[in-house]
Amino acid sequence: MKERKTLYRWFWVWDFEKEEDWLNEMAANGWVLADVGFCRYTFERCEPGEYTVRLENHAYDETYVDFMRDTGAEPVGRYFQWIYFRKPVELGRFDLFSDIDSRISHLDRIGKSLSLIGGANLLIGIVNSFGPSRLGWVNLLCATLLMYGLGRIHGKKESLEKERRLHE
Amino acid sequence: MDENIALTETTYYILLALYNPAHGYGIMRQVEELSNGRVHLAAGTLYGALNTLCEKEWIIQLPYEEGSRKKEYQLTDYGLEILMKEIERLKELVHNGEMVLGGIRE
Repeated sequence: MKERKTLYRWFWVWDFEKEEDWLNEMAANGWVLADVGFCRYTFERCEPGEYTVRLENHAYDETYVDFMRDTGAEPVGRYFQWIYFRKPVELGRFDLFSDIDSRISHLDRIGKSLSLIGGANLLIGIVNSFGPSRLGWVNLLCATLLMYGLGRIHGKKESLEKERRLHE
Repeated sequence: MDENIALTETTYYILLALYNPAHGYGIMRQVEELSNGRVHLAAGTLYGALNTLCEKEWIIQLPYEEGSRKKEYQLTDYGLEILMKEIERLKELVHNGEMVLGGIRE
């Protein structure tokens, strides 16, 4: 059994690129992701730089995961709508997206989950504010935060769309 | 549906790679080889594109081979027609570019 360690870290969903950078930094330092959970990252020992790690917002789909396996990527865990993959560097470059269109549709998927949860919180928040519950503000706070996230995702999308006007 | 618009590089190379049947990883490797390593199709991008191209019937998914779980795809006649049209369009682009800038290239 390889040596393992678990770290707890919080990343906002709109900072998924930072999360990925951090996971790759860990891999470069000899700790590759082996499992994920709520704010929980379990790593196992590897050769420094042995793996590339990628994460993606994608509804879990066995066909997709099989497809990824065929390309040499190994799913190491999933949490909520996110799937985490790793691939040995010696098997070649590992990216999930290679054009602007697929980056935009990825952001759209994230945006969709954010607006769903944000919308639900807004609704519950409003209902609770008029009802006997005193916790309506919690939902309203959540909704505000999620709407902020949606704005961040939207900003990323806009800059990609601007780029797409000139090239793919 | 207007099929007279430019294909993306991703679409173009996937169609080209599927002139003969291939599975996902095979497409990635072929495209890399065809483009001398310049075009690298990422797995997520390829997966999405394959689904879209199947919906448009430019390619089809072949029945599974015995004992294999790998999905294979192939270009349809319709897809081939689109690819040929695109090649004509690209020729025009190159032709016009060279005509205008022909003197100053080198």
